Amino acid sequence: MSSPRPEVTEPSAPRIGAGPKAAAPDQKPGNSPAPEPGPDSSAAPVFKHGSVVGDRIFRGISTAAGLSVVAVIVLIAVFLLVRAIPSLQANTVNFFFSSEFNTTDADNLAFGIRDLLIVTVLSSAFALLLAVPVAVGIAIFLTQYAPRRLAHWFGNLVDLLAAVPSIVFGLWGIFILAPWLEPLAKALNSSLGWFPLFATGNVSLNGGGTIFTAGIVLAVMILPIITAITREVYKQTPGGHIEAAQALGATKWEVVKMTVLPFGRSGTIAAAMLGLGRALGETVAVLIILRASAQAASFTLFDGGYTFASKIASAAAEFSAPLPTGAYIAAGFVLFALTFIVNALARSVVGKKVNG
Amino acid sequence: MSRLANLTGRKEPELRPFPTEEDLKAKRAFRPISRSRRLTDKFVAGIVTLAFLVALAPLLWVLWTVVSKGFPAILSSNWWLRSLQGVLPEEFAGGIYHALYGTIVQALMAAAISVPLGLLIAIYLVEYGRGQLARLVTQMVDIMSGIPSIVAALFVFSLWVGTFGQPQSAFAVSLALVLLMLPVVVRNTEEMLRLVPDELREASYALGVPKWITILRIVLPSAMSGIISGIILAVARVMGETAPVLVLVGYSRSINFNIFDGNMASLPLLLYTELTNPEAAGQLRVWGAALTLIILIAILNIIATVVSRLVAPKKS
Repeated sequence: MSSPRPEVTEPSAPRIGAGPKAAAPDQKPGNSPAPEPGPDSSAAPVFKHGSVVGDRIFRGISTAAGLSVVAVIVLIAVFLLVRAIPSLQANTVNFFFSSEFNTTDADNLAFGIRDLLIVTVLSSAFALLLAVPVAVGIAIFLTQYAPRRLAHWFGNLVDLLAAVPSIVFGLWGIFILAPWLEPLAKALNSSLGWFPLFATGNVSLNGGGTIFTAGIVLAVMILPIITAITREVYKQTPGGHIEAAQALGATKWEVVKMTVLPFGRSGTIAAAMLGLGRALGETVAVLIILRASAQAASFTLFDGGYTFASKIASAAAEFSAPLPTGAYIAAGFVLFALTFIVNALARSVVGKKVNG
Repeated sequence: MSRLANLTGRKEPELRPFPTEEDLKAKRAFRPISRSRRLTDKFVAGIVTLAFLVALAPLLWVLWTVVSKGFPAILSSNWWLRSLQGVLPEEFAGGIYHALYGTIVQALMAAAISVPLGLLIAIYLVEYGRGQLARLVTQMVDIMSGIPSIVAALFVFSLWVGTFGQPQSAFAVSLALVLLMLPVVVRNTEEMLRLVPDELREASYALGVPKWITILRIVLPSAMSGIISGIILAVARVMGETAPVLVLVGYSRSINFNIFDGNMASLPLLLYTELTNPEAAGQLRVWGAALTLIILIAILNIIATVVSRLVAPKKS
């Protein structure tokens, strides 16, 4: 296994070297092999049979493996729905428009996803707003500006951000970043408080357990994935376009503006959508950072509360009775559908699959 | 000229003859780029460099924080060799041996399921899959890679615990990790298999080797280094996943070797649990566990790099 490119004639694959008579591409199953003299004659028929039966079996196994992925995705949707429906039927408030999420009394379930949706979308959108320009800048820097030899290493550095576990980002976010951002948050709130996004929210700014902090941490977390995809796309800008722009006397920035950015536009959008998908489902960092609030969400960055994912994770210890659990599974299904749609949109933008 | 300027209301660009006396004296072959364009260019160069530095800042900041705060914790010899059994919340004693075991065993269990499955799926996609079905499988792998970890955990909960009536256990965590790891393994393996030149396959077929033996003995070994390093990176990625352990297994302060039953600690779970401990010892354990996790992931990343370097196919 260690030799990278085994030669087909090497003894590591002894039956392969059975001789030219074994190489006859005759694969009809009913064709009994003619007895041939010599030491190789026993190898040839084994091989001919193996080629048909073995191939069929192996093909069958790998196809089944491929189909198992399809089955799992279907099962996920079905199981979440099946578990969620009884709870949805027992729900006493509107599932989409209620801010309540009370599952302590199994006979009187009251859960709605309004606040979860608001907090999830607001924090993810804020993260995207911060991350996309930076990611595009990095991708341009890495593909066009950075010295060729260093660009690879610089890229690896940015990729390292993706290797840091989200719980560590959460720790850093609440203990280190949040106190550091507190003065900024307070300044924004006091000077731009008339603007709805910076209005006073339902939690205190002290300690920084707000969507503002969570969004910034989310931005850091989705930065590597957006950068990786945009970088790949920008790298594929046809050399002819770039040279044509250079021949017209364009400066480096004009080259980027005329060739790289238009060429990579759909890729950039797809990357942003995939980053959004990641941000929507991010669980534990948000759970650690956001402070719970008794009041309903109010569309400001200085709110606290729960996202879909953090709400589910926060209640995980109490998953025992089916009906209350089903309420969280219903929320999980909405999250699944939401990320599904966002990812599907991302892929439809580029028309083919993108890595991420 | 002035009439045109009046009509459009704009100032006509001044047409300078080129080359001027000045240009000839400076031996310029082209007209110099205007000041504003030059400045814009420099400005953008500065901005994109800044963007890169902005990304580096949190990376270094996070790493520095974790290392500096967690370093005192991991230095104690008990840290690596003891569990937290019998240790009071306010005393800094014992260690994370039980959690380290949990993290490693859950990730390995997930790898044991998702690696063979992932390899087969990638083989199907590259070597056998054609037409609609292959496209469907590719799309499903894409969808799977976008599934949030908490949704994977919920699904395993409703299937394994809710429907099959199995207890919450480390194995359930592994099942959820499989869902997160599988698309990564498939993607990477697929990419590596596609890099294997068709000439190798054709040479093998020409010798009468059946397709499946060609795949197992020619194609897979050729791509092996890339596949292995991809798998190691996938393992590193799922090790830090917290959502599945929150939903699917209880926390334990002592070691539990049984992956099919009982509570089992893991580094993320220990970290999350100790977050609620207001004592200084708890804080120290939190950062120590974070640093241990980072060290574990760093080791795996280094191994992956070494594997892909050492056994990389020679460039012809």
